[in-house]
Amino acid sequence: MFPSRFRYEAPHSLDEAIGLLHGGDYVKVLAGGQSLVPMMKLRFASPEMIVDINNLPGLGYHRTDPDGTLRIGALCRHADLERSDLLKASQPTMAAAAPLVADPLVRNRGTLVGSLCHADPQGDWASVMLALGGSVIAQGPGGRRAIPLAEFVTGPFQNVLEHDEIAVEAVVPAARGARSGGYLKLERRVGDFATVGVAVAIETSGGAVVRAGIALTGVGGSTIGATEAAQSLTGKPLTAESIAEAAELAAAAAQPRTDHRGTAEYKRQLVRVFVKRILAGGQGSAATATGDTSERAA
Amino acid sequence: MTMVQDDLGDEAEEFPVRRIKFTINGRKKVAEIEPRLLLADLIRSGIGLTGTHRGCDTTNCGACTVLVDGRAIKSCTMLAVQVEGREVTTVEGLATASELHPIQEGFKQEHGLQCGFCTPGMMLAAKELLDRNPDPTEEDVRWAISGNLCRCTGYQNIVKSVLWAAEKLRAEG
Repeated sequence: MFPSRFRYEAPHSLDEAIGLLHGGDYVKVLAGGQSLVPMMKLRFASPEMIVDINNLPGLGYHRTDPDGTLRIGALCRHADLERSDLLKASQPTMAAAAPLVADPLVRNRGTLVGSLCHADPQGDWASVMLALGGSVIAQGPGGRRAIPLAEFVTGPFQNVLEHDEIAVEAVVPAARGARSGGYLKLERRVGDFATVGVAVAIETSGGAVVRAGIALTGVGGSTIGATEAAQSLTGKPLTAESIAEAAELAAAAAQPRTDHRGTAEYKRQLVRVFVKRILAGGQGSAATATGDTSERAA
Repeated sequence: MTMVQDDLGDEAEEFPVRRIKFTINGRKKVAEIEPRLLLADLIRSGIGLTGTHRGCDTTNCGACTVLVDGRAIKSCTMLAVQVEGREVTTVEGLATASELHPIQEGFKQEHGLQCGFCTPGMMLAAKELLDRNPDPTEEDVRWAISGNLCRCTGYQNIVKSVLWAAEKLRAEG
């Protein structure tokens, strides 16, 4: 298989890249290409022009500002995040998710920002960034704007980027307390789409949860923010009761469908179990196990 | 190398071919290619190095794994034009004229292959791992080859082969 014909441009500056987006009715930006290239090969996508941003300088970073804000550049690969000491030290939810994205070969090429733009309901990073209250920075001819993740994705494979904007960065706001949380995913084998994924991000200060985020992968037509579940945790300490309540609310927020990966009820139960498991693990519960279905109920 | 392309006539201007320079297994190359050509096809059909296998063609199996600037990637999921200025290593680049690479020797010693279709990809995924981590655990090896499917071996001997190679490479210093 190979893609339809397209024009290819590989600019060396961001301004040039943005200028090129006016070059046709259907122009796609190519970063890691681990979703776009397969879609082009299958002819699900047949863009007239590809603007390859891999030669743009200075977009491979991930770093924190002095105030604790985390910034991830558009060319930061999943593998960079998987091996990041910065994430291991300060971002338990992201550190847990990074090794579970696709497979090692895809992680060497694919990018976090590209994954957010692709807006696949089964994408891991969208859940993680939603749970963390993250946003995407889009740059166009008129300058930059920040788009919260909750508003960035409008549906399966749809985002709010204008045709002349490039997503240049993802941002996670600074924590207001000590971070804990994690990401758990059940997949049939490495690289398969998630049967269920759950991202939990907690900030604790003075013994109480000051901010909580819970988001669900693969159990609906888009990434689901379990906002009621998250709100139920805030303003009080984490207890067995509060964890159980959040797990129930998260399971209720899921909209799973029965398919070849499992029944709707099974997937809902997995959401319940994963929320409990991550919250009970506390700080640094960077669970890496996949495919473990042994625990059917917590 | 020769790549035969469709004569697009008047449309040719709309889809210009690209001239790229790159290095493969230490040799410098120049190619004129359509942007839609995939790296796997440049390597197999353009250069004639057929050790890079095309398995699933859908970014699943890892049989087409090569190294680009030292990183293991699926060559069916990268455009050939993107290797402009970069260094590609295929399985043919592992051995020297007289000697197998320790990873290849490991697969021989530990019976790490049966049909051999996944083997080049396995070896290159292993190469990236051992370049980065000379003393991997069994778990590290399993993790590193988790993007490469093998339908024959059950992976046991592949893991042993990579660990054998790691030990040999450490001994060689």
